[in-house]
Amino acid sequence: MSLLEEMNRKATAFGVPLSVHLDLTWRCNEQCVHCYLDHDGKGEMTTAEIKDVIRQVAECGTFFLSISGGEPLLRRDCFEILEYARALRLNVKLKTNAVMIGPGEAARIRQLGIEQVQISVYSHRAEVHDAITKLPGSFRRTIDAIRHLKENGVKVSITNILMKPNAGHGKAVKQLADELAVAFHIDPTITPKLNGDWSITSLGISGKELEEVYHTEEFVGNVGEFCSPVSTVDEDVLKEYSCSAGHTLAYISPFGDVFPCVGFPMLCGNLRKQSFNEIWRHSAALTELRSVHMRDLPVCSQCIHVAYCSRCPGLAYMEGDPRGPSSRDCEKSYARTGVPVLIQSATGDRVPLDARGSVRITEVPRDPS
Amino acid sequence: MATEATYIAQSPDIASSTLGDDTMIMSTLDSTLFILNSVGTVIWKAADGATPLSRIVQEKVCAEFDVSETQALVDAKEFVEKLAQHGILHVSGEPVPRKEMA
Repeated sequence: MSLLEEMNRKATAFGVPLSVHLDLTWRCNEQCVHCYLDHDGKGEMTTAEIKDVIRQVAECGTFFLSISGGEPLLRRDCFEILEYARALRLNVKLKTNAVMIGPGEAARIRQLGIEQVQISVYSHRAEVHDAITKLPGSFRRTIDAIRHLKENGVKVSITNILMKPNAGHGKAVKQLADELAVAFHIDPTITPKLNGDWSITSLGISGKELEEVYHTEEFVGNVGEFCSPVSTVDEDVLKEYSCSAGHTLAYISPFGDVFPCVGFPMLCGNLRKQSFNEIWRHSAALTELRSVHMRDLPVCSQCIHVAYCSRCPGLAYMEGDPRGPSSRDCEKSYARTGVPVLIQSATGDRVPLDARGSVRITEVPRDPS
Repeated sequence: MATEATYIAQSPDIASSTLGDDTMIMSTLDSTLFILNSVGTVIWKAADGATPLSRIVQEKVCAEFDVSETQALVDAKEFVEKLAQHGILHVSGEPVPRKEMA
């Protein structure tokens, strides 16, 4: 077990919000076609409110703080907030499109000891990237910013979100990342809008393309290892949680709303009405979420993929059943292993769960034993 | 090399948080993660740049843990040198002025 896993386990046991994702604003200078946010800036927390929130989460034991948006640098107080978070000794990551980062901003980011700057690059072709961001010139500005950051010794990570408009560009973006000497991640997930609008998920790549991604060494490392199905489902697996959302991770919106994760729009409280500690410790929504282990999921606990599935409780929640499967992750498990998603019926037979998510499972009989 | 007249100060180039009796520390320079146990945490918290290591051991470590002062000082020096190698702690033969965050 790595040191980080050890600390995550300890944080889960102690109920410590080890990681917090804080959006400073939902406003953005790009209007990406797949964005899950609306871009309303009305009612954003003030500088003083945000600093107070950061102080509160630090007091609750937070170590990792992701500052994001929208575009966080659109706020004039962004650097003041970053400086405050670093003064509290938080490990700060900045998620930005970087178009506002010039040599001066890059030097300031380095001076503040920001752990990493995470930037989305959609394509190696400027016209494709710019068509996705809807900001002409954004590719050039983003790449220039990455160079400024690198010149200042800042760690940079590129995320390539794959969707229909840039399907098949992953390898070239990985090559670009290598040339820029920055880390690279590929993400084939398009999430629905936080307001419940699923229309943008139609931009997601096909199951066949997903399969190709998961069988590409540049993206997943050891393909054989990554794609091997694990058949052992024991009590240790079933007593685990789906993910860290609400256990060691919290998301805070620019308006002070607290959620388990940025992709999990289950409101737990608002920081203008309650303290973070009060919400984190006593929110009914979080208490309920934390009571759910894998064994409590009627479909997933019976599924042969349960040991390695990336089930997202936020997506399941948005699909209408927080204890149900997230069909996009069923599709991922299938694309990864080639093993159909099977669940155990009441008679003990294994029956297929539609891996494409075109059929919503509303009722699955449980094994009476 | 750390001696009895050693002063230690936390580097500003780190992130840290306490988790139970332990302390997580990550260097922002090389992203190395350290987990300090309860003894290490006591030394870390006392690393104000103004208190000699020998006094930290005597007044903090030996007061809280069942260990001889001689052994505690040997262990503390080793611990301090390891953290100093990663830039987590500044070590000096004289008091370290408090360095403010950039």
